[in-house]
Amino acid sequence: MALLDVTNLSISFGGLRAVDDFNMTIEKGELYGLIGPNGAGKTTVFNLLTGVYKPNEGKIKLDGEDITRKNTIEINHAGIARTFQNIRLFKQMSVIDNVKVGLSERFKYSTLEGILHVGRYKKVEKQIDDEAMRLLKVFDLDGERDTLASNLPYGKQRKLEIVRAMATDPKLLLLDEPAAGMNPNETKELMETIALVRKEFEMTILLIEHDMKLVSGICEKLTVLNFGKVLCQGETKEVLSNPEVIKAYLGE
Amino acid sequence: MRIDKKTKDNLITYGIVVATFLIVQALASTGNLTNHIKGLLVPMTYYAIIAVALNLCVGILGELSIGHCGFMCIGAFTSAAFSKITADKIPSGPRFLIAFVIGIAFAALFGFLIGIPVLRLKGDYLAIVTLAFGEIIKNVINAFYIGVDSTGMHFSMENQMALNLEKDGEMVINGAMGVTGTPHDASFTIGIVMLLVSLVVVLNLINSRDGRAIMAIRDNYIAAEASGINVTRYKMLAFTISAAIAGAAGVLYSHNITTLTASSQYFGYNASIMILVYVVLGGIGNIRGSVVAACILYLLPELLRGLNKYRMLIYSIVLIVMMIVNWSPKVIEWRKKTFANFGIKKKV
Amino acid sequence: MSFLTYLINGLSLGSIYAIIALGYTMVYGIAKMLNFAHGDFIMVGCYVIFSVIGAMGGNSTMGIIIAVVVSIILCSLLGITTEFIAYRPLRGAASPLAVLITAIGVSYFLENLALIIFGADVKSFSSVITWKGISFAGGELKIQGVTIVTIAVSIIILVCLQLFINKTKQGQAMLAVAEDKGAATLMGINVNKTIMLTFAIGSALAAVAGALLCSAYPNLSPYVGAMPGIKAFVAAVLGGIGSIPGAMIGGIVLGIVEILSKTYISSQLSDAIVFGILVIVLIVKPTGILGKVIQEKV
Repeated sequence: MALLDVTNLSISFGGLRAVDDFNMTIEKGELYGLIGPNGAGKTTVFNLLTGVYKPNEGKIKLDGEDITRKNTIEINHAGIARTFQNIRLFKQMSVIDNVKVGLSERFKYSTLEGILHVGRYKKVEKQIDDEAMRLLKVFDLDGERDTLASNLPYGKQRKLEIVRAMATDPKLLLLDEPAAGMNPNETKELMETIALVRKEFEMTILLIEHDMKLVSGICEKLTVLNFGKVLCQGETKEVLSNPEVIKAYLGE
Repeated sequence: MRIDKKTKDNLITYGIVVATFLIVQALASTGNLTNHIKGLLVPMTYYAIIAVALNLCVGILGELSIGHCGFMCIGAFTSAAFSKITADKIPSGPRFLIAFVIGIAFAALFGFLIGIPVLRLKGDYLAIVTLAFGEIIKNVINAFYIGVDSTGMHFSMENQMALNLEKDGEMVINGAMGVTGTPHDASFTIGIVMLLVSLVVVLNLINSRDGRAIMAIRDNYIAAEASGINVTRYKMLAFTISAAIAGAAGVLYSHNITTLTASSQYFGYNASIMILVYVVLGGIGNIRGSVVAACILYLLPELLRGLNKYRMLIYSIVLIVMMIVNWSPKVIEWRKKTFANFGIKKKV
Repeated sequence: MSFLTYLINGLSLGSIYAIIALGYTMVYGIAKMLNFAHGDFIMVGCYVIFSVIGAMGGNSTMGIIIAVVVSIILCSLLGITTEFIAYRPLRGAASPLAVLITAIGVSYFLENLALIIFGADVKSFSSVITWKGISFAGGELKIQGVTIVTIAVSIIILVCLQLFINKTKQGQAMLAVAEDKGAATLMGINVNKTIMLTFAIGSALAAVAGALLCSAYPNLSPYVGAMPGIKAFVAAVLGGIGSIPGAMIGGIVLGIVEILSKTYISSQLSDAIVFGILVIVLIVKPTGILGKVIQEKV
């Protein structure tokens, strides 16, 4: 069974069909790329998958569970985590607290226990702290545990966003233009980070990207979106040599 | 035992409060405090408490409220009404404790109810609606008449006569005349204890998963939702707790004076703004700063009474200058440069 | 007939709120700040008129005109000075609360300065409108001169403002600055000058509102501007802050609701009802009657 199964997904804004009859299947463990020219509807697909928008038609199934009409919070609990095109960290919080927010739905105690620091508080806080540190170590951010998120260099901010997403223990990770604004060095590091996520967590990843080098370097399968419609779908090599795709990207 | 930085910070905050208490007690017992200053001690504690409450809302939750004195008002009136009715039925200790529970519970209830519409709004719209609710609370209480007699409780929103009280009946809340004769149960010691309790609640909350969720919403609610945080729940939680603590300040207020009225001076938007000034000058999100700023800024105009009518003028100028010195991007840059120069000179 | 009288009184009070709200909304739209001292500019305007008329010994028509003109000029200067000294240094501060608190400081400053100069006692203000008004239906329906003038003045102001903003270069510059300061600068617009002009106009409107307010309600004290200021702010938000027709609608709705609820429901609860209207409108439409809805893009 596919991990993510999207069928006939459509949404309109005003008269514009931003996403039109979109279909996509992602198998467990795959690294899947969603590409297309500016304004093709890529981020809209992400927003549909994460419940920011509700589709007019179609169905989204995650691991067999129908998540089509669920809201962002429920979809996160169901197992989809994401990063954002324009970095959205909790800027006034430390690096480790950013990760702890990601962990907070997995390690729980009641509000009253939290206010009085009694009951499960000490034990669970220790678990949260250990788990957050473990994650930071995996991604080599443990040296910056107490740094304010806004004080991190750009590349590490992107990385922290991935760690925070991973902290929610997702089945599927969505990366929205993770290499946007990065220099070649930072992009190389990002590719290593993505490889690390796959190796350490056996994670299924769907990413939107403009950087063709990155896409052709790491994605196994691609979907090309143009004017809200699927232009081409399949193995990366085949897709990238498709004349339609070349036309959409380079013009005639 | 390893004490992390946050725990250490919190201990310093509690330490400052306890030390202040001990110093004041020492000064009082040696007869070094005038009656005027003694009269300022309880207000100092309740202003510190409501500043902590407001900082939870403004600094931690990140939503500007300019109606927090409305919650203080609710705490003050509900607890005063209770204490007055039961003045000769329950001994003062347990009565005051129950008064706190009642004042806090009602303030929390109204915080919750008002939070439902308010927290759907954003930014300045949210701020003006909190102001509106603060004014509504004040106005409605001013038109509130409650009395008790042998047949039970009577209630009206018109006037005293409409209550039809028996001859031996007693007015509890008399409209704009408010509540008179609330037992004088508040003291500096109880005020300090309540301040410590409020601090424990807020600081512990900040260092829990609920607190982190609240701050995450403040910093970026879209990312918080995507991380599975129930934004509405945590916003409501923070706002309700903040209102409850403001209610506790109100209980202290009403049990420290003889006549309680819902006047603009103490419960209007101007009063709420004064608390906001404490919070901003103490540092947005800095709980200890709120306590220190509330105490100093409350005492300052009072101690400047010698300057008579010029004191508030001086206060306003100090306020403007401090804001510009602390916040102006140009001044901050200039300060950085100047200090950098000093640094270089030292090295040479 | 009496209902009609109250309605017209409400319209008149609403027109005053609207004029103040116009100033509020313009300043908010362009400087993105809540100028809490705006209400106190009204008070300053009233004291200026009071003093000038006093100095000239009596209210001749000429004296009144001079007093109002002096008041408008001084209030504009006050607005410009306040913006320059207290608000401009805080543009671009890390928290929007900084300039809000400074505005509160300015408000305290003006109120206490007036307190020191004029004392706390309430002065009786002699109306700047000496016209007695007209009566209809054999004296059944009387409309006071001040009511008619207030409504007329507010209509003139609204029309002039709309023309100014839509037809002049400076007006267009204001719209541009309100939309995007950075882009406006790139287009060669002097942002500082534009903001200064906005404060001048807003404060001049406050002076006009002050003259009308104190003519209708002739009690002058250092706190006379505070509550009308707040209510005008509520009116601006009600209409959709940043919108000029919105401020007008908000002000008039508020004035009518206030007078009618004072008359027919309870004078004690009228303020609660006024604020209640704001709450209800914002629950239904979170950015006010004519406010723009801005959704954050993910």
